[in-house]
Amino acid sequence: MTNIAHKLRVVDNRQLTSKTWMMVLEGEPGIITAPGQFVNLAVEGKFLRRPISVCGVDGRLITLLYDVVGDGTLEMSHWPVGYEADVLAPLGNGFDPSRAGDSPLLLGGGIGVAPLYQLARELVAEGKKPVVILGFNTASDVVWEEEFRQAGAEVYVATVDGSHGTRGFVTDVPACSDPARTYFYACGPLPMLRALCSGMAIDGELSLETRMACGFGVCMCCVVQTKEGPKGICKKGPVFRKEELIWK
Amino acid sequence: MEINNEALRGKDLSVSLSGVKLQNPVIPASGCFGFGYNMAEYYDIDCLGSLSLKGTTLNSRYGNPLPRTAECPAGMINSVGLQNPGVDKVISDELPKLREVFHQPVIANISGFSIDEYVECCAKIDGADQVEIIELNVSCPNVHGGGMSFGTQCESVAEVTRAVKAVTTKPLYVKLSPNVTDIVAIARAAEEAGADGLCLINTLLGMRIDVKTRKPVVANVMGGFSGPAIFPVAVRMVYQVTNACGIPVMGCGGVSSARDVIEMMMAGATAVQVGAANLRDPYACPRIIADLPAEMERLGIDRLSDIIGACKPA
Repeated sequence: MTNIAHKLRVVDNRQLTSKTWMMVLEGEPGIITAPGQFVNLAVEGKFLRRPISVCGVDGRLITLLYDVVGDGTLEMSHWPVGYEADVLAPLGNGFDPSRAGDSPLLLGGGIGVAPLYQLARELVAEGKKPVVILGFNTASDVVWEEEFRQAGAEVYVATVDGSHGTRGFVTDVPACSDPARTYFYACGPLPMLRALCSGMAIDGELSLETRMACGFGVCMCCVVQTKEGPKGICKKGPVFRKEELIWK
Repeated sequence: MEINNEALRGKDLSVSLSGVKLQNPVIPASGCFGFGYNMAEYYDIDCLGSLSLKGTTLNSRYGNPLPRTAECPAGMINSVGLQNPGVDKVISDELPKLREVFHQPVIANISGFSIDEYVECCAKIDGADQVEIIELNVSCPNVHGGGMSFGTQCESVAEVTRAVKAVTTKPLYVKLSPNVTDIVAIARAAEEAGADGLCLINTLLGMRIDVKTRKPVVANVMGGFSGPAIFPVAVRMVYQVTNACGIPVMGCGGVSSARDVIEMMMAGATAVQVGAANLRDPYACPRIIADLPAEMERLGIDRLSDIIGACKPA
């Protein structure tokens, strides 16, 4: 049996861009067991928790990146250092680094770059050479580019307006279609994931995001249609193999 | 107040639903606990009084499009739409997994879109020896042409109850919708048609709008509103129904603490279901069960079944 209810102390919580924040939580080491898992945070005054991907794990510290998109995440952005967060973790399956091959592609769109960071670090630690492509709307939205580079990944950026890196989407970066890549990992908005599923010739896995209620697989509020029938995104995912998913 | 541990050990939490003995009255509500075994990854679910399985239909259902949930003050909306693998798979795949980790009575929650479908589905689940109580769901607000449409008219409640009662051997509890003008009339119709007990309330039909996009938050436009916000409505309806009917009631709706369980029982409930609270706190049920003896001690209660219907107006 796993205890998934934790009180984690906020040790850092700061704004990175006009919408993206970074929060660092401190707790017992070993809570997060795979890259790509998420946590579900209780927010005072809100009934439903807020599911947030884990960006990085360093011993007792868990780093999250989150966009302030509504009242709940706005409240989170006000949590001071020392605040005791009510956290469910670890949730979700996470990425499978064993399928990476020697030099996998990591494709992140917007806040979807977050869960790829811990994956990139683990791949580098295993001697792999991850190629990371980060996509944003505009230069001022770009986050974590330098962190990925410092982690030892080869990093490219695409912006929709061309204000930083390649103009367009992650798929417009030439490195995305390099035939030397044999496997990809992706997280980002649904249109991006759909485009990757239909456009990428290579195999890969994708982390899905949606509104959730429980986060641990009992309420069926978040589901995706797969070849084996409907699966709960929070429990059977959020990471799914490309060939599992059925896009309508 | 100083709580004496010896006194807590002597507390009797057991209750009985139509002859089915429960070690305590706390039951995770249908739809908020899956088929149960998932939760055994997080705690020993044998501490529960019983559990009500995810709403099951004759055929498998994908349910409604996403998003299926919305935030509300002191609660939430869901519009899952009875996603389930169908009764045959529930019997062949889900119940065996539950059997490995749960050794208390199981409640099967059955829904349908026609009388024939309810009957066939209930007859099948009746054959599963693990299932000790059948909960007839005539109150799902998230499907069209089924569920709640049966539960809002006395005639159709009576008709489906009578038809199912004829093919089942287990206690039959009818789960009622609060989305009616007169809950007592509906409850009486179920009782007269042969229901062994009742479960109330299911969710209240609700709706949220995203004011930025001017669109409903859930894809199915409306959904079932649950959570602490509906607790007073549930207490009121349990009180009204148990004062008018002679069959036992499982109280349900917004329960999230040991004190809520006691209040619901004082309103007239014999057992108490916990729904949305499980979704915010996966440990809600074990916490409530652990808190009950001390709460009973504070209120001078030795045997929980003594307080069923204890609330009497001055």
